[in-house]
Amino acid sequence: MKRGWTYLLGAWAIALASTFGALFIGEVMLMVPCTLCWYQRIAMFPLVFVLGMACYSDDRRGALYALPLVWSGLLLAVYHTLLVAGLVPKAWVPCGAGVSCADQKLEILNGIQIPWLSLAAFLTMAVLLAVYLRKTSK
Amino acid sequence: MNSKKITVAVLLAVVLAAFLFGMNSYQRRVQNAQAEKVTQQTDRLVRFHSPIFGPTNAPVTIVEFFDPACETCRAFYPMVKELMKQYPNDVRLVLRYAPFHQGSDQVVKLLEAAKRQDRYVQVLEAILEAQPAWADHGKPNIELAFKVAEQQAGLDLAKAKADMANAAVDLALQQDIQDLTALEVTKTPTFLVNGRGLPSFGLDQLTALVAEEVAKVKKP
Repeated sequence: MKRGWTYLLGAWAIALASTFGALFIGEVMLMVPCTLCWYQRIAMFPLVFVLGMACYSDDRRGALYALPLVWSGLLLAVYHTLLVAGLVPKAWVPCGAGVSCADQKLEILNGIQIPWLSLAAFLTMAVLLAVYLRKTSK
Repeated sequence: MNSKKITVAVLLAVVLAAFLFGMNSYQRRVQNAQAEKVTQQTDRLVRFHSPIFGPTNAPVTIVEFFDPACETCRAFYPMVKELMKQYPNDVRLVLRYAPFHQGSDQVVKLLEAAKRQDRYVQVLEAILEAQPAWADHGKPNIELAFKVAEQQAGLDLAKAKADMANAAVDLALQQDIQDLTALEVTKTPTFLVNGRGLPSFGLDQLTALVAEEVAKVKKP
């Protein structure tokens, strides 16, 4: 076992928890994901496989391949969090019969906003992967 | 940079360019198709029952397809009001109903009933003000909207409820739905300025289009 493998495992565990958390909110609680949520899901879900395989075969390159996903997810989560906080001007889009992006609350956790959770998950993964890559670089 | 990296970068750039090009031409095509629909059936733009803001025979008409439960319509209401203040004699606003959200049809009927008590603007503004409270897209609380109209806009609710059951009110709503279907309006708010749609959605685009149409009338 190489140095720092636990960091990689930690990042995978976060991806796993986030993915199943998102699936629970969507498929069990039946909350419809908004467009921004969908893009964050697209960045998060593949990480389960990429990082899982990287941990399983103890392959440093897996962390490299995960980086673009983690970074794009992080950027989206930052933007979404600022949008929810009202810190970026909301670009008004016309209403269809869809879901609002600035008002997504996870009620069972005392009004914690889902974008905050997403931001925390992507941020932690970015840090863990950075530490892992530094520790394993020659 | 070796040739593999260049290949990856070039491929990425090509796909991005194709996407942007496709987006541009598709949007233009949709816009042209709608413009054609509108010019073929101008009678669908304003109906006898449609509420009009501003001078009735102004040369420039903004038609707004509007849903009382839509957040963007709520956000645009004061902006459009401000825009109309700049052209007190030349621009009128015609509201058409597009009840896309659950429960919106009831609120539209409430507005039509309010018109019969000369309380239209008051009820409209009270309802938009209180929209976050009653217009949850999952489970709208229409009773709350009624209460707001009664308490804050001074609507006689008993009379309004009787008027809402009136066939003419239902007919007005049905007519608006027919017209928006025929004109292929799928989003609210949709603005048509003298029959012309916005190139893309936004206040700046609306302001520019109105200015353009006003300039046309001013310079014969």
